[in-house]
Amino acid sequence: MKHQDYDVIVIGGGHAGAEAAHAAARMGVRTVLVTLTKDSIGVMSCNPAIGGLGKGHLVREIDALDGVMGRVADKAGIQFRLLNRKKGPAVQGPRAQSDRQIYRQEMQAELSLLENLSIIEGEAVDLLMSDHRVTGVTMQDGSEITAQSVILTTGTFLRGVIHIGDVSRPGGRMGDDPSVRMAERLDSFALPLGRLKTGTPPRLDGRSIAWDKLEVQPSDDDPVLFSFLSTGTYAQQIDCGITHTNAQTHDIIRENLDRSAMYGGQIDGVGPRYCPSIEDKIVRFAEKTSHQIFLEPEGVTDHTVYPNGISTSLPEDVQDAYVKSIYGLEKAIILQPGYAIEYDYVDPRALQATLELRDVSGLFLAGQINGTTGYEEAAAQGLVAGLNAANKTKGLDPVIFNRRESYIGVMIDDLITRGVSEPYRMFTSRAEFRLSLRADNADQRLTGRGRAIGCVGEQRWAQFSAKMDGIGRAKVRLSEITLSAREIAGAGAKLNADGPRRTALEALALSDFGFDQLAQLNQDIDEIPAGIQDQVKKDALYAHYIARQERDIAAMERDEKHVIPMDINYLQINGLSNEIAAKLAVARPATIAHASRIEGMTPAALMLIMAAIKKQYQATGT
Amino acid sequence: MDTVFALATAQGRAGVAVIRISGPDAGTAAGRLCGDVPLRRGLRLLRDPAGELLDEALVLNFPEGQSFTGEAVVELHLHGSPAVVNAILRCLGDMPELRHAEAGEFTRRALENGRLNLAEVEGLADLIDAETESQRKQAVRVFSGALGALADSWRERLIRAAALLEATIDFADEEVPVDVSPEVNELLTQVRREMAREADGVGIAERLRDGFEVAIIGAPNVGKSTLLNRLAGRDVAITSEVAGTTRDVIEVQMDLDGLPVTLLDTAGVRDTDDLVEGLGVARALERAERADFRIHLLIDPTEITDVLGPDDIIVQAKSDLHDAPGLGISGKTGEGIDALIGAVSARLQEKVGQIGVAMRERHRVAMTRAIGFLDDAMSALERPDAMTDLVAEDLRSAIRAVDSIVGRVDVEHVLDEIFSSFCIGK
Repeated sequence: MKHQDYDVIVIGGGHAGAEAAHAAARMGVRTVLVTLTKDSIGVMSCNPAIGGLGKGHLVREIDALDGVMGRVADKAGIQFRLLNRKKGPAVQGPRAQSDRQIYRQEMQAELSLLENLSIIEGEAVDLLMSDHRVTGVTMQDGSEITAQSVILTTGTFLRGVIHIGDVSRPGGRMGDDPSVRMAERLDSFALPLGRLKTGTPPRLDGRSIAWDKLEVQPSDDDPVLFSFLSTGTYAQQIDCGITHTNAQTHDIIRENLDRSAMYGGQIDGVGPRYCPSIEDKIVRFAEKTSHQIFLEPEGVTDHTVYPNGISTSLPEDVQDAYVKSIYGLEKAIILQPGYAIEYDYVDPRALQATLELRDVSGLFLAGQINGTTGYEEAAAQGLVAGLNAANKTKGLDPVIFNRRESYIGVMIDDLITRGVSEPYRMFTSRAEFRLSLRADNADQRLTGRGRAIGCVGEQRWAQFSAKMDGIGRAKVRLSEITLSAREIAGAGAKLNADGPRRTALEALALSDFGFDQLAQLNQDIDEIPAGIQDQVKKDALYAHYIARQERDIAAMERDEKHVIPMDINYLQINGLSNEIAAKLAVARPATIAHASRIEGMTPAALMLIMAAIKKQYQATGT
Repeated sequence: MDTVFALATAQGRAGVAVIRISGPDAGTAAGRLCGDVPLRRGLRLLRDPAGELLDEALVLNFPEGQSFTGEAVVELHLHGSPAVVNAILRCLGDMPELRHAEAGEFTRRALENGRLNLAEVEGLADLIDAETESQRKQAVRVFSGALGALADSWRERLIRAAALLEATIDFADEEVPVDVSPEVNELLTQVRREMAREADGVGIAERLRDGFEVAIIGAPNVGKSTLLNRLAGRDVAITSEVAGTTRDVIEVQMDLDGLPVTLLDTAGVRDTDDLVEGLGVARALERAERADFRIHLLIDPTEITDVLGPDDIIVQAKSDLHDAPGLGISGKTGEGIDALIGAVSARLQEKVGQIGVAMRERHRVAMTRAIGFLDDAMSALERPDAMTDLVAEDLRSAIRAVDSIVGRVDVEHVLDEIFSSFCIGK
């Protein structure tokens, strides 16, 4: 039997797949999501939390483009915390503990609402090909689904192997024959592959934890939500617990290191440096006698607890022993042992900025398969792939996000120009224009763009437009008020009282001068709503620094205009070292700006490339 | 890449003149002049296309990858006659695949082929221009990469400091050292101190490149011009017994113990009704103020009123006629001249001792910018409510400023400046 044709097929219902399907459907193209079971859409397979530093920024950006992750995370959030609350708005990241079950239900509900989106249960076992173009998928039952583009979001399924101590078995998504066929199909494209690993901690039964003995980490009093559309929390709010490993825990682990999959030599994939297993922590930071563990409930009605900080690939009996050595966990029951998983990823340098493979037209990759880790990174890639697969169908220009406007752009650019050497996770320090790429202004940066792209719906657009009008009016009003330096200093700000007069908007650029101080000076600002005040203050705070960055931005834009022809032969450029030529050949940078960010690049090499481009232009007479 | 040629030594008569040909056709071009090009080096007869003998030359052949520019290079070491040089340049210019090199093109090619980095190019420019021993030493230090190494060490420490701050930002909810500010402060203080020292040295380094200025000032007819002539060893300023002979500022350049010095003879400082002489006096004073220091020539040194700087030297004039303690000279007999030269040289040497490895205004501007950012960062860190994101941004800016010294960023601007200061054939 033949399924009806679609424009876009999304394989996989994880965070990348759900966001990709939602984005493509929002763009108005006929989309189908192929998943093993409908019930598994939106499953949180690791830590039941969304957001954090850099990651929270990504969620806000997805939301600003009317994506689904932020809204669902708000509905499922059971403990909200704004990280770096004291460090300046640019590096504040919203984070929320999620109720795993609510998250899944809400995600499934969101997807079921879209009229352009169908969901098919089943397994896509192979790609349909016509020349070097992907034209659809073959299902396990032999049926075929045809479409213009296919987005593959299958996580760790490529040669995934699960390790629990010295026991290992094929795993990842599934180990049966059909997925081998898909892996063989990808192999036939001769894509550059690498091997990575990631780990999980044992899951504990919350009822066996002595909560009353433990330090408690409550939710923020004023929860900061993800979505610009959300107005308050939905689910019941809970506390997390905090405990610590101790000398006895460390002894147990140290004595059994040879039984750990990682230290026993079974695993050769590269793990992330920022999220080490407990074995890793004890070996690498031998001088530390204790490590912190967050006990994170996986839901309001779910008794499962995720002990964040002790991921492991030790055998089950050792896991049991070391868990019981920890304060408050003396009687803890392990519901599911921790394990490490090893998998192949596709070197993302084989991708274009649209996340379509350079060499296989119509095939987009998003999520963990590209060497990233984290739900937020996966969802952001899903969004980019979904928008671009849709635009490809419509014959429209690709949707490219750049480093100056979004963390999404930073991530895509990092992936396709630098590749990955460990599972890629977003950090705020990856963004050179961090001060302008804030979580608070994600809508100002992206919602207008999203509206133009066609992925932002009426409701969001109306709300955003109203907010922008409010900000505009407030800024006009604040520019009309002028204050003497003496008045400003008198209100508590540190500045030279003999300095020039300033507008109220300029005064707000001072870190110690806010709307409270303005009110003290009896300025009539009551008509400015609190939310708008907050946004205006944050914008003003960074205005000076952002102006300073404009030269760097101009330089980057200039470099982006130097397009490198796809057919350039680096090996023929005189004077380019073999090492750099080889790196360039792999990365195939689209512009000089891309090339400049390749590791090991030198100004001299950039000049050589620019000279080579110029020469080629001259040679062809254009 | 096309093949270029130019005279690599100075114009004019000399013992030897070198013409450099660089590019893929260098060998072919040289072959047309000398028949078979030697594998490495050899003596060859150079002939024009008509077969007429132009010169007998030492021909050096550098294969690609082993030459100054990184390209195939042939050098013709000719007899340094302008006629010979011109004849051969004409022959090369007539070859269709060759063109005359633009200013600094050999060095630009060396840079583009990765043979030199930016700081080395600047060092090379200075080395070529070096006229005195001290200038040569300084240029060699830069050329050998000392500035790059210093910038790298700053960069490394600033990156370390930035990394510490970034860790507290990006891993706020994880186990990082809670208080990183002592180490950050220590790193920033160190780097700032070293940068300030280097930046102070740049002004002097520039003097070393362009020449120090020492002004001789004193009342009319006190013997300034005579002293200048003595120092320079030749008659430059007109000396006469009539007060006010030297109306303009006379400059004499000399090599003083390896240091380039320009001596300024100023018009006699006195009140005058003569309009032209009045202008001369004003100009002389202005110029003397800008000099590195001044030699005050006085009949009675106790009458000194207008010392302009801490390094100024006060000298008693006409010591053959008047007796006085302290430094005294006689332009007429030459008495005390060696002591004065010693005093001038000692002051200059002391200044040169402050020079680091940075020697260009461009370096100083970059360091001053970096210092500004470091000051902002350090003062922000002192506040209990410091916004770490802003401090981190200051550090990023400081690192970018350091990078611009060795040309990691803003390559284009820096290149324009450097190559505009190059003269053809270098």
